[in-house]
Amino acid sequence: MVADDRKYTEEHEWILVEGETGTVGVTEYAAGELGDVVFVELPEVGGDVNIGDAVGTIESVKAVADLYAPVSGEILEVNEAIVESPELVNTDPLEGGWMFKVRLADSSELERLLDAKAYQGLIGG
Amino acid sequence: MVSEIEPTLQRTSLSAWHESHGGRMVPFAGFLMPVQYATGVLAEHAAVRERVGLFDISHMGEIRISGEGAEAWLDGLVTNTLGGIAPGKVVYTAMCREDGGVLDDMLVYRLAAADWLVVCNAVNRVKIVAWLRDHLPAAGARLEDVSDATALIAVQGPQALPLIERSGTLAGSRDDIAGLAFYTGLQARVKDDRWIVSRTGYTGERGYEIYLPAASAPALWEELLARGADLGAVPVGLAARDTLRFEVGYCLYGHELAEDISPLEAGIGWAVKFKKAPYVGLEALRRQKEQGIRRRLTGIEVEGRAIARQGATVLAGERAVGRVTSGNFSPTLRQSLALALLEQPLPAGALTVEIRGRRLPCRVVPHPFLPARVKGDPRAERELPA
Repeated sequence: MVADDRKYTEEHEWILVEGETGTVGVTEYAAGELGDVVFVELPEVGGDVNIGDAVGTIESVKAVADLYAPVSGEILEVNEAIVESPELVNTDPLEGGWMFKVRLADSSELERLLDAKAYQGLIGG
Repeated sequence: MVSEIEPTLQRTSLSAWHESHGGRMVPFAGFLMPVQYATGVLAEHAAVRERVGLFDISHMGEIRISGEGAEAWLDGLVTNTLGGIAPGKVVYTAMCREDGGVLDDMLVYRLAAADWLVVCNAVNRVKIVAWLRDHLPAAGARLEDVSDATALIAVQGPQALPLIERSGTLAGSRDDIAGLAFYTGLQARVKDDRWIVSRTGYTGERGYEIYLPAASAPALWEELLARGADLGAVPVGLAARDTLRFEVGYCLYGHELAEDISPLEAGIGWAVKFKKAPYVGLEALRRQKEQGIRRRLTGIEVEGRAIARQGATVLAGERAVGRVTSGNFSPTLRQSLALALLEQPLPAGALTVEIRGRRLPCRVVPHPFLPARVKGDPRAERELPA
């Protein structure tokens, strides 16, 4: 069962919202599908992003995937630890493998995202 | 998952084992093959560099050729020298078209005076069998495509020999296998069958390849994994097979080699002989050599956190000077590296490689990226940058 404390996108990202700040990462399913992640490129802190923008890339031995902004807002912080240790995306995708934090511009956008049950349905099972 | 994959894909005698042991199955060259297992590509890669890994490469094509005329005939179709080699010897060679383009790269085994085995890439098997049949002399040589009946298990890594020496199945040939020199093979009697064991591989590590009847493969596979557990033996999928061969500069057909690439351009000129009996492609290759080749396989290191994959354009200033044939993260060196076919001579000035619309700086580096790990391995001889 996927974690029910957060919301999900159809691009297999999660966002955990606390107040005005959303922490974003990729799901265990996405990390498993990508396989061993070897490079992560993250957005610039301070930049504004729109919902659905490609804001970074996650590259594994086998493939490369875009990282999308699940909501609009300002990038507050990025996880430098995964730049140095990209394997965190595989070993700890929901905690230590987080990608960036964003200040939500419009919290009503969250209603467009999937809850845990809907996301579980998306990935099957 | 499995049911979603095209039913037309061929299975090996080990496909069911892979599926039930966490193998992620993908279509490859018409076969359903494991690209990786649950522990992942990096762990599998490290296992082969540091310990030992098992590969199911039963998709490869095996063609038996026999007859008194086989030696001269086969020698006339390949770039390396087969004429006069001793039984037991294995030769890496290209097979070319008249214009020097590569039909395939392959291993040729001389099993006995008039008995040969050609091992070609799965993707080219139909083409190579047809090419051989088209060129078959009226008498003196016969060929048989035994690919479907033949399984191939590669055992690769520093612990490969200790592992094989533990095999009860191969016990009757233990000392002979231990005595195999690089690029030699033997026929091992196992029950009523003759298996072929050679000291060859596609990883740069010390290793062995075992050709056996398809029906016998699952038992040997399980025996080797069980007896090798404390040596760290693990099954290894195609993704790590690719990163392993990439680091040591072995060509992959469809990447570094193709019908529009010559073996001289691809850096396997050491397997192209000019002082041997005439063969298909010789004149074209001789002309290329005399006139100078116009492009050469070159190692590059990408600066930045991105992989330059096959097809990425390499530029000198604003001008395209070639394209990437293979690119990946090197698990051993932890760098983003690529092999690229680049024009010769390379213009002076900074190089970039275009990855998803961005130009990242890159530089020419020696390849193979890892120096030869097995003494006398010509496929892993370093070519210094021009």
